[in-house]
Amino acid sequence: MEAQESFHHALKFKYDLCIGCSHCTECCPTAAIHIENGRPVLDDNRCIDCGHCYLACPVHAIYIEQDDFQTIYNYKVPVLLCPSIFGSQFPDKVKEKDIVAAVADLGFRHIYEVEQSVDVIKQLLSKKMQDPDRGMPVISSFCPAIVRLIQVKFPSLVGNLMLTKPPLDLTALYIKKHLVETQGVAPEDIGIFYVAPCAAKIAAVKSPVGDEKSPIDGVINMNYLYNKVLRRIKQGDCPPPPADLRMNILSKDALLWALTDGEISLLKKGRNLAIDDVHNVSTFLEKLENEDIDDIDFLELRACDQSCAGGILCANNRFLIVEKQKYRAEKSPAEVTVKENGLLADADYLDKHSKVGKVEPRSMDKLDNDISVAMRKMEKSISINKHLPQIDCRMCGYQSCKEFSLAVGSEKTDIKRCVFIQRILEQNARLSTEEALQIAYQIWGTDKFNPDNIADLAIE
Amino acid sequence: MVFEYPVQGGDFTNAGTVSSKVKKMMRQLGVDAGVIKRTIVALYEAEVNIVAHAYKGVITVQLDSDKIYIKLDDEGPGIPDINQAMQRGYSTASPEVREMGFGAGMGLPNIKANSDVLEVHSVVGKGTTVEITNNF
Ligand SMILES: Nc1ncnc2c1ncn2[C@@H]1O[C@H](COP(=O)(O)OP(=O)(O)OP(=O)(O)O)[C@@H](O)[C@H]1O
Ligand code: SF4
Ligand code: SF4
Ligand SMILES: [Mg+2]
Repeated sequence: MEAQESFHHALKFKYDLCIGCSHCTECCPTAAIHIENGRPVLDDNRCIDCGHCYLACPVHAIYIEQDDFQTIYNYKVPVLLCPSIFGSQFPDKVKEKDIVAAVADLGFRHIYEVEQSVDVIKQLLSKKMQDPDRGMPVISSFCPAIVRLIQVKFPSLVGNLMLTKPPLDLTALYIKKHLVETQGVAPEDIGIFYVAPCAAKIAAVKSPVGDEKSPIDGVINMNYLYNKVLRRIKQGDCPPPPADLRMNILSKDALLWALTDGEISLLKKGRNLAIDDVHNVSTFLEKLENEDIDDIDFLELRACDQSCAGGILCANNRFLIVEKQKYRAEKSPAEVTVKENGLLADADYLDKHSKVGKVEPRSMDKLDNDISVAMRKMEKSISINKHLPQIDCRMCGYQSCKEFSLAVGSEKTDIKRCVFIQRILEQNARLSTEEALQIAYQIWGTDKFNPDNIADLAIE
Repeated sequence: MVFEYPVQGGDFTNAGTVSSKVKKMMRQLGVDAGVIKRTIVALYEAEVNIVAHAYKGVITVQLDSDKIYIKLDDEGPGIPDINQAMQRGYSTASPEVREMGFGAGMGLPNIKANSDVLEVHSVVGKGTTVEITNNF
């Protein structure tokens, strides 16, 4: 059975800002975007929320949905849950205590770092790797864009995904339990707000893959909070935060977890690889699927270059984040005790709640549910593609000649959208200039064809 | 639908490209993931056998709505004793080559295990034909 309902996406388009340039169409690793009427159209079943389009858009017409900051005040005990790289966004002059004070002043009652549960997760990981029936290779499910990439593009590898909750979910579970049990806070008074470094994490919170409901109550974009906190710090005179509002001490391993090599450096045995950047990951999985590579025990795969330090919502340069994060790790203890990290006392509880449900494959390639219909569409696409020029100019509004041929073969669009086919038809008087223009309007809208556009140009 | 792909003996860098293309097409047709996997394992091993043991070859893939038929035709030394070649662990690879981890003699047995119907014909000094059929 394949999951039917489509993914929730955190990436949205601001159509009023969009200039219809199709850069987003070009860079998408799953060819999820095509252009219609001068605007991008997203295929919800293909998009993996990797955020490449967000980076490619020249006019910031793509944004990442987040919750209204004001919703933190709906809770008596608003809790900020940030990835540890949040601290590495700031200029060196800004100290941890300044960040904490500003966070308190913004209205948060507690601050926790996501990786607090890494010290529990690393036990689960080594237990998993000792299991003789684990299958080869085990693929980390830490990066949600990768989990989705595997679902849509490499469905045969879905069974290799490690079905353990990521640090975010486990730390959030701990926070709720801890505040309820030790401080007598009513569960409904606790609002956990997650500071997201990327769109994929937000999408995963809003519709968890293979899971029921996320323990997170709201999300805030990391660059948004960074601006807010930095501004508050620059205004000066932040009152000192309450004594129990402080960062916990994290272990070295925990601080390095979200960087490239973070997971595999904990595995002492076997062949374990870390690969970052979604294109690198795709190339590797393609090879893996053909059984070209055997004997690999564990794969740490991340969609962003430099892993989460390269998250699209980071405020600082990825290499500077890595540097800063490693510096902090160097000064941190190799192991922390339950005194420093209270979460360790609840290790058994978290262990019990660490499993996620089954992840379903949802192949994006399938042309039809009926195989003979799929066959017909495929045949048609292949023959169409043979007659296309293969220059991938995107004038048809699709990413490539190949993608366009699939859309035509599946009767989703018209072959006449190809400008080369149009020229041939015009040559044979089978298409009028007016008709060709109408097709161009359908794809690119009318603005780009306004005669005024050439008024100032001295065209002979 | 019938497709033909040439394969060059000795070209290890490109071994696996035919498997990739066939995999993509089977996915477009919505073939069961288990059947795709079996087919790709069999095809990949057979493709590598041409690259490793023959001079050159042609892979013909015929896709129908109920099955896939793959014929791998090569010009090469041929296999003198097919029954023997089909045994697990049998390989003509030299000890040095085995030392490097190649020539485990698992290719043909794996092809057998992953095809519904397998036929191997060979003429020594001329070439080998491997035919794989998997039903959907
Ligand atoms: N296409 C071919 N042409 C000539 N000889 C072949 C061909 N395919 C297989 N053989 C012979 O059959 C033997 C067994 O093949 P098989 O694929 O099982 O093992 P291998 O190729 O030697 O090792 P492995 O596939 O495990 O790396 C080979 O060693 C080779 O001598
Ligand atoms: S987020 Fe990624 S998958 Fe989604 S549309 Fe953008 S580039 Fe494509
Ligand atoms: S990149 Fe996409 S969203 Fe941004 S302006 Fe161009 S077409 Fe519009
Ligand atoms: Mg072989």
